Amino acid sequence: MIEVSGLTKHYGTKVGVEDLSFTAGRGEILGLLGPNGAGKTTTIRLITGYMPPTRGWARVAGFDVEDHPAEVKRRIGYLPENPPLYRDMTVRSYLEFVAQIKEVPPARRRAQVDEALGALDLGPVAGRLIQNISRGYRQRVGLAQALLNRPEVLILDEPTAGLDPKQIIEIRRLIKSLGGRHTVVLSSHILPEVAQVCGRVVIINRGRLVAEDTPERLSQRLRRSQRLLVRVKGREDQVRACLEGLEGVLLVEEEGPAPGAAPDPEVSAFSLEAQPGFDLREPLFFALARAGLPILELRPVQLSLEEVFLQLTTEEPAEATAEGGEGA
Amino acid sequence: MKRPGRFRPLALARVGYVYRREMSAYFLSPVAYVVIAVYLVLSGYFFSMILLATHSAEMRGTLGDMSLVFLFVAPVLTMRLLADERRTGTDELLFTSPLSTADIVAGKYLASLSVFLVMLALTGVYPIILMRYGQPDMGTVLSGYLGVFLLGAVFLAVGLFASSLTDNQVVAGMIGFGMLLLLWVLGWAGQSLENWLGRALAALSVLDRFSDFNKGVLDLSNAVFYLSYIAGFCFLTVFFLDRRRWAR
Repeated sequence: MIEVSGLTKHYGTKVGVEDLSFTAGRGEILGLLGPNGAGKTTTIRLITGYMPPTRGWARVAGFDVEDHPAEVKRRIGYLPENPPLYRDMTVRSYLEFVAQIKEVPPARRRAQVDEALGALDLGPVAGRLIQNISRGYRQRVGLAQALLNRPEVLILDEPTAGLDPKQIIEIRRLIKSLGGRHTVVLSSHILPEVAQVCGRVVIINRGRLVAEDTPERLSQRLRRSQRLLVRVKGREDQVRACLEGLEGVLLVEEEGPAPGAAPDPEVSAFSLEAQPGFDLREPLFFALARAGLPILELRPVQLSLEEVFLQLTTEEPAEATAEGGEGA
Repeated sequence: MKRPGRFRPLALARVGYVYRREMSAYFLSPVAYVVIAVYLVLSGYFFSMILLATHSAEMRGTLGDMSLVFLFVAPVLTMRLLADERRTGTDELLFTSPLSTADIVAGKYLASLSVFLVMLALTGVYPIILMRYGQPDMGTVLSGYLGVFLLGAVFLAVGLFASSLTDNQVVAGMIGFGMLLLLWVLGWAGQSLENWLGRALAALSVLDRFSDFNKGVLDLSNAVFYLSYIAGFCFLTVFFLDRRRWAR
């Protein structure tokens, strides 16, 4: 339903996104995960046709976004990060306006506006000015707007931002129920949210795709034990034999000399990966000591994926208590 | 590499959606009422003062002053139109809908033009008063009104263009006002500069042609002149709106 290939966007010399490629199948809920400023919104704006890519292309339902913008835009429902609401309109008249510009046939407009009002429980505020309703309701009006034309593709940029926990749960449930009928792309910087709602996750960091997998497999990879880098005074074959003999070692990879240092045949470096939950450091020390190979350096190596996850798993927003009431 | 934003033709129905939304924005807020009221007070003042001073049944002086007042009013009417969409993020709704940029610009322009037409129609009481007590030359009055309308339409196009340059209403208003004032004084250079530059600037002047209309001289070339100004600035607006998003 959505194909993205080599998608690149530069803002002057600044990189927005670089060489992104991924797909989302019909009825799939795809999570776009990344820390703030990673390029999620840029990616979304390229798919929705708000702006064109510097290189690469995006297709929605087989239509190239740049060549057939109108075809693509008719098939998309889009909730930007800040819901695009006209504060001087009532909820109903706003949705009617959106129905018009999204080319919902006149005969069906009223029914589809009512349907969207119903789906998001907006009945009680339908006649009120948008500037007078609470933040939670506004977010829902934004979602109603995105759903209004019964789009094949639904693109939601941080749909739960600024909501209280109860509203967050409701919105997530709603999004989950939309999968199957709609293809959904959901961007978020909250890992548990994506894990709950999405069938597949694309992780972006600094504009680049870092990983793409199901949430389950990603968390498996996350739980894997740390990598270690060890630099040993000794010839490569000697050290390798010693390391590979260790219990619990999964992987031994040779590394180059330390940055700035000249290659030295008497010093070798390896990175090691252990079985999950297995601490290699002690057995490593004793094994190398027995073999008479002094350790010059031993340190953990962060996987880039883990780095991203560390930034991502910065728990859910704790702004929960501030805005309890709906203010209806 | 693909071509940058190409022009999608406008469609009347889509222009109408934007137009109606803008009209309701004008008339649901105090903006339109305040602007119309201020305009009527000022033009009414000019009308009565000129009438008291000259005792002649003609509109030339009043219409000239009305067009000057509108120079101040036009940026106020247009400054919100595009700048505010950008500030509130609603431009993202418009630009990701099947509307083309030309639809959006045309709808907004026509809405501001309609408010202006309402203002002009309300000043219609002045010639009616003249007709009650004298014999004004209605041909000249109508031709003068046509001139005010065309000149005002140019002002609105310039104001709309200014609004596309920024997300700040005040900045948009100020830029629009500055451009209009410059446009207003262009013709003066023609009087003081005798060389090609003076002639070129005078040719661009929007004021000289207005006095033709106000004298009762209907010249098609003058109307075409104003229409080209309008089309030019609307085109620039579309161009800048697209260019900002389509910059690579």
